Amino acid sequence: MADLTVLRRPRPAATTAAILLTATILVVLTAPWLCPLDQSAVALDRVAVPPSLPHPGGTDDLGRDVLHRAVYGLRVSLLVGVVAALAATVLGGLVGGIAGLLGGVTDRILMRLVDTLAALPHLLLGIFIVAMLRPGLGAVIVSIGLTHWLSTARIVRSELLTLRTRPFIDAAICGGATRTRVLTRHLLPHVLPKIALATTLMIPHAVWHETSLSFLGLGLPPHLASIGNMINDGQRSLLTGAWWASLVPGLLIVAVTLAIAVLAARWRDHLDPRVRAELDL
Amino acid sequence: MSLVAHGVTAGYRGLTVLRDASFGVAAGETVGLRGPSGCGKSTLVRVLALLHAPDAGHVSLGGVVVSGVRHRVSAALRTRVGVLFQSPRAASDPRLRLADLIAEPLHATGHARAHTRARVAELADRVGLTADLLTRRPHEVSDGQLQRACLARALVHRPAYLLCDEATTMLDASTQAHVAAVIAQEQRRHGTGVLVVSHDAVLLDRWADRVETW
Repeated sequence: MADLTVLRRPRPAATTAAILLTATILVVLTAPWLCPLDQSAVALDRVAVPPSLPHPGGTDDLGRDVLHRAVYGLRVSLLVGVVAALAATVLGGLVGGIAGLLGGVTDRILMRLVDTLAALPHLLLGIFIVAMLRPGLGAVIVSIGLTHWLSTARIVRSELLTLRTRPFIDAAICGGATRTRVLTRHLLPHVLPKIALATTLMIPHAVWHETSLSFLGLGLPPHLASIGNMINDGQRSLLTGAWWASLVPGLLIVAVTLAIAVLAARWRDHLDPRVRAELDL
Repeated sequence: MSLVAHGVTAGYRGLTVLRDASFGVAAGETVGLRGPSGCGKSTLVRVLALLHAPDAGHVSLGGVVVSGVRHRVSAALRTRVGVLFQSPRAASDPRLRLADLIAEPLHATGHARAHTRARVAELADRVGLTADLLTRRPHEVSDGQLQRACLARALVHRPAYLLCDEATTMLDASTQAHVAAVIAQEQRRHGTGVLVVSHDAVLLDRWADRVETW
């Protein structure tokens, strides 16, 4: 008998990531009911309390509970991350789709545009875009959307180019399928799972981008709890020894984005086992 | 009535594979085309199937010159030519169940559901596919079973001409014989013109009315 245990190989990383992510999503969604107190209320009688039972994440230099605030910050960060990743996917899907379907000169022009944009550091580009717009949630989402669509465009284009030469597309054309029908029935259904995967892999990037912008003071307004704002605020307390004000939100965002990346990588392996060796998480 | 390539020169990106080739298949006859790998047999099939634009020369279908290839050919002309590809696996959308695979050309040309269902059942029966196989997807059936489905798909529009590009090379002897028998039956009933491309001389001598060697 062949050894089939490999089929049921335990995947502790994926399991841990799934549990962590499920717990995070539950906490983040139920936060207003779970901890209904105002997370931005200043309490100067308990400033910079180290992690303890009433404040598991300590308090910051304005007496706000760090863990409480980090949960609310995570809400904002994840919302921005997901919406921005979706926006980037739509843009990248459109550009990659047009390039891959039309081919020829259109393809060459669009892809050189993509290469040019990819050559610019995207945080710098993101900062430039945010600086052009009115600060706020919308500006951050636009900034992420406009800087993160390149990889999706490349994926969609190359998928379409490969698919178009597959004999089953010829067979469909021989059967009398119109352009639209080939696109909707034979091309898109093959590309969509890849797009969905690319979007999922993009969420951690988008969250990090938001965090970076907020950390630099260009993201969300300071009164709004976002992970980036918190890490930025926490810097001030760092010198006075209050390390937890930056570390707690930092660890939280690392854990959550890593969990998303691990699960997305697992999903990618499931879709395409050939690239498994590349990133064995 | 015939499907003819007149003085066709064709190739890929500067590489000329066919040079001034003329070849045709008339209604009701079975023509064999034999030749070594790389001599342009498959390119000729692609040109005749209106999938590949020739650099020079043209294709005529029933005496009418066909202009344009691929999507630019009207469905009415397109559906008069059926193609059976070499690899059934590459020529099948991996997502479709065999029944949908066979029905696909009818859906694409807007036939009524009831008609489609009856036609799929009839063809599945003729090519020897059971109802159970029809619910499976390409990766769940063998090459032979899949090629039977592809044959049913190629015949679904009742084409006037059927082009078989090494279509039986990958099949076992009994499936090969069955596929040939189904095609011969279609030819007797509807006067289909059949082009069989192969490097197998024995097969061609047995099957074709005349064989051309390149």
